[in-house]
Amino acid sequence: MEYVIEMLNITKEFPGIKANDNVTLRVKKGEIHALLGENGAGKSTLMSVLFGLYQPEEGIIKVRGKEVAITNPNIANEHGIGMVHQHFKLVENFTVTENIILGMEPKKSFGRIDIAKASKKVKEISERYGLSVDPNSKIEDITVGMQQRVEILKMLYRDAEILIFDEPTAVLTPQEIHELMKIMKELVSEGKSIVLITHKLKEIKEVSDKCTVLRKGRYIGTVDVKDTTEEQMAEMMVGREVSFQVDKEEANPTDVVLSIKNLNVINNRKLQAVKNLSIDVKRGEIMCVAGIDGNGQSEFIEAITGLRKIESGSIMLNGKEISGMTIRNRTLEGIGHIPEDRHKHGLVLDFTLEENMALQTYYKEPLSKNGLINFEERNKVSERLIEEFDVRSGQGSETKARSMSGGNQQKVIIAREMDLSPEVLIAAQPTRGLDVGAIEYIHKRLVEERDSGKAVLLISLEMEEVLNVADKIAVLYEGEIVGMVDADKTDENELGLMMAGSKRGEVS
Amino acid sequence: MERFRNYLANEKNHKILIPIIAVILGFLLGNIVMLITGENPIELYKALIQAVFGVKVDNIGTGKTVFVVRKVGEYFVYVMPIVLTGLSVAFAFRTGLFNIGAEGQLLMGAFATTWLGITLDLPAIILIPIVVLGGALAGGAWGFIPGYLKAKFNVHEVVVTIMLNYTALHLTNFLMKEIPGSDSVKTAKLNENALLSSEMLRNLTSNSRFHFGFIIVIIALVIFWYIINKTTFGYELKAVGYNPNAAEYAGMKVKRNAALSMAISGAFAGLAGVVLVAGTFGYGRVLSAAEGYGFDGIAVALIGGNTAIGSLLSGLLLGSLNAAQPIMQGQGVPKAITIIISASIIVFVAMQKGISSSLKKLKGAK
Ligand SMILES: Nc1ncnc2c1ncn2[C@@H]1O[C@H](COP(=O)(O)OP(=O)(O)OP(=O)(O)O)[C@@H](O)[C@H]1O
Ligand SMILES: [Mg+2]
Repeated sequence: MEYVIEMLNITKEFPGIKANDNVTLRVKKGEIHALLGENGAGKSTLMSVLFGLYQPEEGIIKVRGKEVAITNPNIANEHGIGMVHQHFKLVENFTVTENIILGMEPKKSFGRIDIAKASKKVKEISERYGLSVDPNSKIEDITVGMQQRVEILKMLYRDAEILIFDEPTAVLTPQEIHELMKIMKELVSEGKSIVLITHKLKEIKEVSDKCTVLRKGRYIGTVDVKDTTEEQMAEMMVGREVSFQVDKEEANPTDVVLSIKNLNVINNRKLQAVKNLSIDVKRGEIMCVAGIDGNGQSEFIEAITGLRKIESGSIMLNGKEISGMTIRNRTLEGIGHIPEDRHKHGLVLDFTLEENMALQTYYKEPLSKNGLINFEERNKVSERLIEEFDVRSGQGSETKARSMSGGNQQKVIIAREMDLSPEVLIAAQPTRGLDVGAIEYIHKRLVEERDSGKAVLLISLEMEEVLNVADKIAVLYEGEIVGMVDADKTDENELGLMMAGSKRGEVS
Repeated sequence: MERFRNYLANEKNHKILIPIIAVILGFLLGNIVMLITGENPIELYKALIQAVFGVKVDNIGTGKTVFVVRKVGEYFVYVMPIVLTGLSVAFAFRTGLFNIGAEGQLLMGAFATTWLGITLDLPAIILIPIVVLGGALAGGAWGFIPGYLKAKFNVHEVVVTIMLNYTALHLTNFLMKEIPGSDSVKTAKLNENALLSSEMLRNLTSNSRFHFGFIIVIIALVIFWYIINKTTFGYELKAVGYNPNAAEYAGMKVKRNAALSMAISGAFAGLAGVVLVAGTFGYGRVLSAAEGYGFDGIAVALIGGNTAIGSLLSGLLLGSLNAAQPIMQGQGVPKAITIIISASIIVFVAMQKGISSSLKKLKGAK
């Protein structure tokens, strides 16, 4: 069978690093081809080359057997190539429809944009694939999960034949992922071809036909997915065996460190997002707040960390009321925060890796004294954390955060927050976008925090992570905790039902 | 050749390369315009050389005076305030704020300097610091107003600073005339001890108005560089400028920093007022309209990439074009040419994204 896409011997360099080193990828028509590799292995780079965002130093690209030069995304579009990026490229204060038609607006007379028509078409596609996106809501008002769907819609709206998904499932709930998988299968049955980047081996097993593995920029091999186990794929990408189980002893919870009582929080749309919520988190335990995206998790975290005002209620840390404190003071009292949206809150993308590592400690000794930065100390801290958390980049401490791979950006944030060793570490989707090796490491570190007598408040959409890492699980549904269970006394099914709000479980 | 191409393609070097390329393109465009309109482009460069180095190229070997230093002094007299307003705009920009109000802040600084310099009678060693700090404070206070309004009520600083420019113009005109000894166009002379001008510098530059203000400029450059690059305050300002959400997340006081940044920005502009009054003129002036130092400052900051050293270099460049104007006119070349050049440099700098991506394509191009 013929290949729709052939990328042959592609080499792409960045300052200090060969992101792709003689990589070959061949995709057949109508197949789902997975692209697997560690954080920084060069997956996004390879796809950006295919989408015309980067020009390779070496190698050729063939589309439907013909050699082509894809010098910019418009040319990629002409060849029927569409891409959903790892980090969305949406205009925050535009509506869904405006974002989707950007660059190819349907016109009425006198060059006016025919929004109504576009809106209708968006709605149609949305319904056809069961994406249930409201074409008229603003991007800034919808959840990250919804934004993801807008990106998918955008590609479908442009009638792309070859669809590139760069970690599309990282932000979706299990149900949404399930739906997306269905959509993808439907798309290929209509003759479209898909390149899927994901770190979740289960997804690769579920939908893809072939899997190409990269490691440190180099091509390792392409395998038939049905003949390969998850363990084999993991080993191919990391170069060693990976354990999928989190090793941990039974938790030894002691006294309550974070106590939240009758918390009420209002969201951006002035709706009650958190309703009369009460929860206690103890030292020495990992408490997980599970739930489907958009059930008040974001507002809940923002209320604890101080990014959002609360309406009423109390938040006590070590017996001290912190709900009126500034963000800085909460950090000093012992709140650590791995934020949900790494680009919005977690990083200053135009700062270097080193400057980002200092974001929570720059004002304290030894990183500064009397308002003067101690560059030597700052560099030491940065180098140490890079080493400890295996942060990979082109130029080490000097690298601009913007140019780092998504997973490595995430590692910077995790390293910084964990290094604070806070009383309570609020970890919102901490392993989003990390490869299996890195996830293994982060989970180990979370358990270590717990064992050293700290508390971890984990917010995760991922069932497996919730069940594997947490000691206790609080299920959040429409802003309320509808159930509290021990992680070892529940299963995916029960949690799923609780998350859907159908069973108001027993509060332990 | 390969190495050079890779140097050009490396994004890290673009911060320096882009302004240089913009300047080259700006001059090229100016030369093309000159050729089309039948002027000799060489005249432009001769005028620039005379303006900056005081060398009359035409007179070399003719026995006439070759070296005329007065023009050089006047060149620096013009450069000093625009470097300062440039620093003002650049500083605010680092915090993500657009200070269009350097003009007004300059005028407030100028008034404070005039008033202090005329009413106080102290030895120079005390009076000069008072005059300089007074001017900086007045400019800073004027800059703080839009900063505060932004922080407190989220009013956009561009609107407020533009309005405050007009307010400052009329307010200072009124106040200047109230100072004893003023007539309708200018005030009395400042106290001798308040002046930055010096006999020595004047003699050195054959009677130009060159003065000790250059020391203020150098100190201001160092302060700017120091705050932005060495202090945690500068680190915060940059974080706020790049990503206010992350700055807030990290516990920085985003609003307070914005207000402070505008105040410091205003202080730099206020210093430009000091330099003009205590240095260049020696008296306060009643102006019928703004003189455009504030807008020059925007150009200086833009071309200089909002850095200290960049502001100095671009101030020197734009100053040279300005100083070349009268010389070119003397040769019958319209002065509009220099305006075309400086305007197109700004346009090319504004096209930095495009220039940057073209440069990147140079790499490995076969
Ligand atoms: N624009 C850029 N400038 C400089 N270096 C870059 C740039 N983009 C990527 N890199 C570097 O190239 C390498 C590969 O990055 P890439 O984003 O392709 O990784 P990835 O496989 O997608 O990783 P992840 O799973 O973390 O998303 C990384 O080391 C990264 O730092
Ligand atoms: Mg990637």
